[in-house]
Amino acid sequence: MESARSLLPERLPEEILGYASPTRAKLEFRGRISRSLIEEISRVKKEPDWMRRLRLRALELFEKLPTPNWVIGVDEIDLDELSHYVKPEVDAPAESWDELPREIREYYEKLGIPELEAKLLAGLSVQFESETVYHKVKEFLEKRGVIMLPMEEAVRRYPDLVKQYFARVFPPSDHKFAALHVALWSGGAFVYVPKGVRIYEPVEAFFLIGRSLEAQFEHTLVVADEGSYIHFIEGCSAPMFKGYSFHDGMVEIYAHRNSVVKFTTIQNWSRNVINFNNKRGIAEEGARIDWIEGSIGSKITYTYPSTVLRGRGSSSSSIVVQLAKGPYIKDSGSKMIHLAPDTRSRIVNKSISVDGGVNIYRGLVRIAKGARRARAHVECQSLILDDRSVAYTYPHNQVDEPTAQVTHEATTGRIGEDQLFYLQQRGLTEQEATSLLVMGFLEDVMGDLPFEYAAVLRRVIEIEFARLGGVG
Amino acid sequence: MPELLEVRSLHVDVEGKRVLRGVDLTLRQGEIHAVMGPNGSGKSTLAYTIAGRPGYEVVEGDILLEGESIVDLEPEERALKGVFLGFQEPPPLPGVRLSSLVVAAVNKRMGVESLSRAADPKVFGRLVAALQRVGLTAEYAQRELHVGFSGGEKKRVEVAQALVLDPKVVILDEPDSGLDIDGVRVVASIIRDLRESGKGVLLITHYARLLQYVKPDRVTVLVDGRVAARGGPELAEEIERKGYGAVAGQAPAGTA
Repeated sequence: MESARSLLPERLPEEILGYASPTRAKLEFRGRISRSLIEEISRVKKEPDWMRRLRLRALELFEKLPTPNWVIGVDEIDLDELSHYVKPEVDAPAESWDELPREIREYYEKLGIPELEAKLLAGLSVQFESETVYHKVKEFLEKRGVIMLPMEEAVRRYPDLVKQYFARVFPPSDHKFAALHVALWSGGAFVYVPKGVRIYEPVEAFFLIGRSLEAQFEHTLVVADEGSYIHFIEGCSAPMFKGYSFHDGMVEIYAHRNSVVKFTTIQNWSRNVINFNNKRGIAEEGARIDWIEGSIGSKITYTYPSTVLRGRGSSSSSIVVQLAKGPYIKDSGSKMIHLAPDTRSRIVNKSISVDGGVNIYRGLVRIAKGARRARAHVECQSLILDDRSVAYTYPHNQVDEPTAQVTHEATTGRIGEDQLFYLQQRGLTEQEATSLLVMGFLEDVMGDLPFEYAAVLRRVIEIEFARLGGVG
Repeated sequence: MPELLEVRSLHVDVEGKRVLRGVDLTLRQGEIHAVMGPNGSGKSTLAYTIAGRPGYEVVEGDILLEGESIVDLEPEERALKGVFLGFQEPPPLPGVRLSSLVVAAVNKRMGVESLSRAADPKVFGRLVAALQRVGLTAEYAQRELHVGFSGGEKKRVEVAQALVLDPKVVILDEPDSGLDIDGVRVVASIIRDLRESGKGVLLITHYARLLQYVKPDRVTVLVDGRVAARGGPELAEEIERKGYGAVAGQAPAGTA
């Protein structure tokens, strides 16, 4: 417990970061999304021609694809008024925190990122607005042949490797915002783990949006070669500002034969961010992909971690914990696509709705014909704390294989008056009692998070419920 | 010096129905006061009302802790002033470990804001000692509270919390139901220790069985929401021999 206290912040981003402090941009492209805008971004990034063409193809798709009409709140986004590329006043990613402009460095210091890096992480890539501003990898990673680079640098230095995977795990043709992402992507991290190399210390990428009316499109690509192991953590946060900003990130994972990729997200945007997070992985024979997401902040979040179980005996789990407190929306759902025999998947979705919050689960389990003996289990647990709040569950199963087994459990719970009184009788206020019961609701998935991150999640929930009142 | 706990002419409604119709009762430091009575006589209502359970509406009367009225206080404020209730039927709290609750409760008593980090490093040792005292293993500290517990385990865990939280007034609502005879002996010896250490124990019990092992200083019998009889340990013995019918209506006027 003691170590977590000194390591990580204990408050919400609004409190830690406060209002956005003005930072200067070296370059800023704002306005209508056009071919010339995309060519300009590509030119600034000194990209190879294949990437420029990939962006332009994605732009064409973006223009053709319909706006998904089932997502709530998407009409709030006016893409023409956003800045699609903001380069902060940092020429190249720094390798030391001292090199960063003070007002940028302070954000990360307030969040405790440098301490976390020193204590826990094998590598850290930090993004501010549209560019990576700090990137450092511990020496032992390089010695073992692991490549971890800012995405742009990976595109330049390892084009043949990146080209094989980039926008192939998650094609831009999938939906309008995937196409938009590929057309405008900027920043993010690339990780390649060579055959048989197992790295147990996590690597992290941290993304920060520092201003209003910005669109952030970072791209993360993790390639785990045969028999390797890697744990990638992504974190995000933002200070408060007037209006909103838009995040449309993408994560692609390719897990080769018998490799294991664990991908953890701690989403703690401020209430000014509309958050799309496109996440997909492909698992080859015997490989495993585990998604964990703690979805705490943001105004609206859309996130659907998905795994394509392509190889025999591959497996995947997705654990999503989503909190909707106040007039905010969490629209999420995991997807498992079983294409091969003996594949296994497990989805756990836990949602907490309070103070008018809306949680939506849209999940998919698809088992293709021939995926013999495939097994999938889905568990949706909703905790609804008052009559103003809601949780909707839309699980969808599509099973074309008779030998497959798909099981689904869904429960909706409320906190009992007898439970609250019991805890109040022990000296807790109603709000504190609620937070203890909410943490209890999450207890069985906390063990899947690294200790320090579980401590943060606990503390954030404790604070979210222990003040502001209004519960019950 | 004011009494530790004083219940004055208490009338209580639950869901619009009058359940207590004028109960007077006094509990002193270092004293065991047994409240007996048949089912539905208002014993548990008295316990809940003292603890401040929502829905238990005091329509008349007062409850004083060390001379100060507590009827308008929130349940947690009463708890922090030293009122502890061991529940007859504690609700299961899925995912909430006994140790988490005890850490939160002890932190509150120390005025510490965080509920999850033990402000007193000795709290775990004290919890384990309390568990062992009630005949449970240390492993129970990590169990989800009252989830899948047997009747006896629930009672032991309630009593263990009274030991760790160090209240002034310990109200135990049927602490012996569901316990085997060894359990009754253990709980009885803890109640004697609580008295020894100067606490006031309000012991609510339907049967006199427990009172064979722990002699109350005073006995109050409730029937139909009123005090039907008062006396010393001999009253409990009489009830055991003759039943409640024989003692009802003997309530002497005057002091509680």
